Amino acid sequence: MPDASERSIVITHEVGLHARPSVKLTKLAKSFDAEIRVRGEGAEDWVDAKSIVRVMGLKLRMGTTIFFKADGPDATQALEALVGLVERDFDEHAA
Amino acid sequence: MSTRPERAFPAQVASEGLAIGRIALRRMRSLAAIAKGTAEEEGARLEAARLAAAAQLERLIDRAEEEAAAILEFQSALLGDDELLGPVRRLIAEGEAAAAAWQRILDQQAADYQAAEDEYFRARALDLADLRDRVVELLAGGSEDETAAEQGAIYVGVDLAPSRFLELDWESYRGGAVVRGSSAGHVAILARARGIPLVVGLAATESMLIDGAEAILDAEAGQLIQDPSAETRARYQRRAAEREVEARAQAAHLGKPALTRAGERVVTYVNVDDPRALPAVDPATCDGVGLTRTEFLFSGEGGLPGEGRQFAAYKALLQWAQGRPVTIRTLDAGGDKPIAGLTLDGESNPFLGLRGLRLSLARPDVFRVQLRALARAAVEGDLKVMLPMVTRPQELDATRALFRKAVSELVAEGIPAAMPKLGMMVEVPAAALNIAAFDADFYSIGSNDLVQYVTAAGRDCEAVSDLYDPLEPGVLELVHRVAEHGRLTGREVSLCGDMASDPRYLAALLDAGLRAVSVAPARLARVKAQIAAYG
Repeated sequence: MPDASERSIVITHEVGLHARPSVKLTKLAKSFDAEIRVRGEGAEDWVDAKSIVRVMGLKLRMGTTIFFKADGPDATQALEALVGLVERDFDEHAA
Repeated sequence: MSTRPERAFPAQVASEGLAIGRIALRRMRSLAAIAKGTAEEEGARLEAARLAAAAQLERLIDRAEEEAAAILEFQSALLGDDELLGPVRRLIAEGEAAAAAWQRILDQQAADYQAAEDEYFRARALDLADLRDRVVELLAGGSEDETAAEQGAIYVGVDLAPSRFLELDWESYRGGAVVRGSSAGHVAILARARGIPLVVGLAATESMLIDGAEAILDAEAGQLIQDPSAETRARYQRRAAEREVEARAQAAHLGKPALTRAGERVVTYVNVDDPRALPAVDPATCDGVGLTRTEFLFSGEGGLPGEGRQFAAYKALLQWAQGRPVTIRTLDAGGDKPIAGLTLDGESNPFLGLRGLRLSLARPDVFRVQLRALARAAVEGDLKVMLPMVTRPQELDATRALFRKAVSELVAEGIPAAMPKLGMMVEVPAAALNIAAFDADFYSIGSNDLVQYVTAAGRDCEAVSDLYDPLEPGVLELVHRVAEHGRLTGREVSLCGDMASDPRYLAALLDAGLRAVSVAPARLARVKAQIAAYG
């Protein structure tokens, strides 16, 4: 994806990319047509952001930077939405 | 009436009670019995099982509490992920059976999680195993649980997982009998809390059991009687009628405070082993929670629980209690309750080893998380925190210092926190004998351990079970001693072991001066009725 847009953000959620945040992230990614890929800081491989197996497989903890890239008609909106979700701590308020 | 001869299968009582009905034989079929089909047939089988599993999970998610729902949603998402299903479908196309292919890929995934550095991710391997088994059961044709049970069915199967227990409609099923499991197991705890008769360790194989046969589940003596004779049936019907009368008489006491015949008030708390059993209990029927075993948080899925998860669980208990006191015991791991990654393996005598508060003080990193969660919960209601296995006053003092530190750290972080009342379990004879040296806010006698330590007879050792006697004068003397100390110093002394729930022992405890007990919720009515008849 040479001309894909890319964004990154630090995970600030208390527990990192655990089950529930991962489920939210993949659900959100699936709502876009764009091909969306994700990788964690220090890792080279980009994985499909719509796959729970792949996203949980990253095993990202709090404080890690997460990178997104998207390619497709709604790529910009997709990146905006995904970064927003991470920024808002996945809309979870640590109890 | 059947012409087959009566047949009784012995079992252990996990939750006391009696049920007369018909055997509903569940999921005893094995995968081996299912012939492998063509690649297309196996593919279609997988797809059907996948959709059925997804539908089951959706129903469970609707009913689950937040913590459990998060895990179920993860499993549900996995079922819709082609990255997972692709390899399974490829194996099936290459000629493997659906169940074998599914198991292979799920096991690979689980192994990947098992190798993770982070405890949380390691624990996800259990979710994958859970999902694997759910789909495998469906592939084996085991979806019959989902069809509504006939009225009066008795659930008979190899095993009953806690999640499955919670799914079943216990209005239709009158009780259960399973081949595996132990009376100390998790399902036994859930069944006792809800008053559902259950036996475990059933000595029967599938070929001996007949689906739909008339049966009596005798969870008093511990047996399942298949095809009972007219005589046996009549005998149990009389017994069931007696129980009914007893239950009705006891239920009349449930809504009222417990008073002895002389009008003396006895505080009656409930024990909480698993908060999932609580919605069935009306808090108005008790004086609060006398014991919460926090091991439920540590032994389940998810590895060692974080502060947020613990806080949420404690807060939910306080909300349920509606202002009544809630006693939460800090982690009592060790002894017969090992926790992977926390308790020591290979202790020659775990009951006398690093357990209870000893373990918590030896693992300040783990203890600190629990103390912080408890300090945060203390602002949400009337919280009492109880320490297990206290042996010396210094341990109590050390814990109080750790607690104060946790509170001041939280306050400095701007998080509301307070110091709860801090009490101790009295279960070590040295502590019971020296009780005046312990400056605790309250005392709670842990009779299960106290009896075994005083009599030097293990509670899990059948050969000396006659010595494990709660009515041993030495035991009652210690109960009296602690109760007297509480009376003189104005501090509450309760008893939260099985002894209080047992009709054979309650009167002796009241004789010893005890005026507070904590019992299983399903035993509350009987205990209150017995108190009303005392004196």
